[in-house]
Amino acid sequence: MKYIDDYRDAAAARRYASAIARVTTRPWTLMEVCGGQTHAIVRFGLDQLLPPAIELIHGPGCPVCVTPLALIDQALAIAAQPGIIFCSFGDMLRVPGAAGDLLAVKARGADVRIVYSPLDALRIARAEPDRQVVFFAVGFETTAPATAMAVSQAAQQGIENFSLLVSHMVVPPAMEAILASPENRVQGFLAAGHVCTVMGYTEYEPIARTYRVPIVVTGFEPLDILQGVLMCVRQLERGRAEVENQYTRSVRRAGNRSAIERIREVFEIVPRAWRGVGEIPRSGLGLRTAYAAFDAARRFPITTVATQESPECRSGQVLRGALKPFDCPAFGTRCTPEQPLGAPMVSSEGACAAYFRYRRREVPACR
Amino acid sequence: MPMTPGAACPTPKTDQSTVLLGHGGGGALMHRLIDQCFLAAFGAPDLAERHDGAVLDLGGARLAFTTDSYVVHPLFFPGGDIGTLAVNGTVNDLAMCGARPRALSAAFILEEGLPLETLTRVVASMRAAADAAGVQIVTGDTKVVDRGRGDGLFVTTAGVGLLEHPATLAPGQIRPGDAILVNGDLGRHGIAVMAVREGLAFDGPIASDCAPLADLILELLAEGIALHCARDLTRGGLTSALVELATASRGHFQVAERDVPVSEIVQGACEILGLDPFSVACEGRMVLFVKSSDAPRALALLAAHPHGQGAAVIGRVTARWPAGTVTVTSPIGTDRVLEMLSGEQLPRIC
Repeated sequence: MKYIDDYRDAAAARRYASAIARVTTRPWTLMEVCGGQTHAIVRFGLDQLLPPAIELIHGPGCPVCVTPLALIDQALAIAAQPGIIFCSFGDMLRVPGAAGDLLAVKARGADVRIVYSPLDALRIARAEPDRQVVFFAVGFETTAPATAMAVSQAAQQGIENFSLLVSHMVVPPAMEAILASPENRVQGFLAAGHVCTVMGYTEYEPIARTYRVPIVVTGFEPLDILQGVLMCVRQLERGRAEVENQYTRSVRRAGNRSAIERIREVFEIVPRAWRGVGEIPRSGLGLRTAYAAFDAARRFPITTVATQESPECRSGQVLRGALKPFDCPAFGTRCTPEQPLGAPMVSSEGACAAYFRYRRREVPACR
Repeated sequence: MPMTPGAACPTPKTDQSTVLLGHGGGGALMHRLIDQCFLAAFGAPDLAERHDGAVLDLGGARLAFTTDSYVVHPLFFPGGDIGTLAVNGTVNDLAMCGARPRALSAAFILEEGLPLETLTRVVASMRAAADAAGVQIVTGDTKVVDRGRGDGLFVTTAGVGLLEHPATLAPGQIRPGDAILVNGDLGRHGIAVMAVREGLAFDGPIASDCAPLADLILELLAEGIALHCARDLTRGGLTSALVELATASRGHFQVAERDVPVSEIVQGACEILGLDPFSVACEGRMVLFVKSSDAPRALALLAAHPHGQGAAVIGRVTARWPAGTVTVTSPIGTDRVLEMLSGEQLPRIC
């Protein structure tokens, strides 16, 4: 298939792998930011093609994984209310909150629907004016423009039975938080190509300068990732720390201006708690005051029950790149996709899910 | 900007006290339900075989016997409807035992308010599908439930077939060296139903692969092909079928991803939605295990049949360790172990 097979070519992959081996003279630790990249690396075994001196660690770019627990619990409580149609991306349905997940709420009778776009939820609101339709607006800069579009359309068309539970996040502050952490091991980043398709990469330039770390905007296919690694290692070996763009077929330096304008019209930058990581200043998108009427958290105030955190789940360290999923003592035994301790085990972009799906036989306890 | 140290995750309270949709997804959850609920209660040796149907020696005849229930939303989709599924699904389960399907039963659970015209259309397509598969629908049952207590129409069919040859098709017959074949490209049914249900538009039309497969199996056997095992790919797709058969046969299967046929439209849809075409449902596809020297002839026979035109050899059974696993070679030449999904595949966020 065009645009797919071209980037999954065995001979080209081998050429990139030997080029990486040739330029590498000492150990380097790189972090791929996006969970989509993590899955490609694990599924295609790209790390096995790299010289042992190159270590890839997995970043926080899994929107499902970092959505705060309190918000998941709020979602479960709102979805369980009578008369509500709760719309969500499919990925969120299996994420464990303190009282089960959205699939379990659905099994108990709630009207939980999978949508593919916030505009689908708006369409449902138009079709069912007597019911309250709530959209669970999660994700990074990639999904924010569509959410913004739904909100501004709802405002223009006066659709009052539509609201959103918002947990949008932005990526650069999280990368900065990782670099500033005392436990940081990251020497170079593969930045998320899709996020940069929307936002461009000017925001990353001060990060590269301040922390002296190369950042390569990278795509998601095997050859994209191998080329991104090569570009990053070349910079490291030459002592450079710049932002480079591997994903030129999709990303422009200034990003997609109309998408950025949509986001800015509807959202403002707010502090946001990242599940497993903690609060990161200026890392979230919240509805502006002009659109506060669409905030489901205001429309359906929920007194959240204090949730008990398990000391056993290590997903915070996994999301910060401090731990590989295999190093978690609960991996594959007390934490599985059917009985998850944390979100990374059930999200299609979660590092633990990738290791469970493609590598679990490497862990003796899982055989 | 230092981060708060210490991981934060909730104590799990996964709801295991109720049935979840994932219990019907053909993955690990469903297998656990079968083990812990059905096998624990019924425990018959034929059931424990976990084949698509049971083969029974009754009065000197070898009979295959199977049953299946059909729930699909919407009831009508490009390439078929709940009626064609109900006939072909049961016909195919009999075919996978190596039987010639002879007779079916059909039981209907109808929801009050269902337009009779809908029922008439479904029944007409059942008749057409039965004629095409060479079976008769010989007995049946009808129940009506209150409005709101059914999804329009549920159909259950059971079927009996006759084994007319001494061959046994079963996971235990799979041998190292066997070639692994499929009779066509994967995933059309799952994507076609999803496209109609969710209102998704892809580049071009996509129709379900729903088809009867008994003719293909019987023809291979009649031509003397050493066919060791066959499994139709339904829920859970190729992944579930291969993992189940590798586990049951204690064989090791080596499959080349590049050789597994997937149409551009299905691959494109899967790339967009974050689905794995290996795990998308089919209704007219099967995986076959054939003695390797017979593989070229089997491939030619399949390809000459309307329901086998996209047939391909996708891998082989090896004597390698680890037994009971499936290894997939990716297009870039790396290997990974194929694992059954836990429950339903859910579309991703971005």
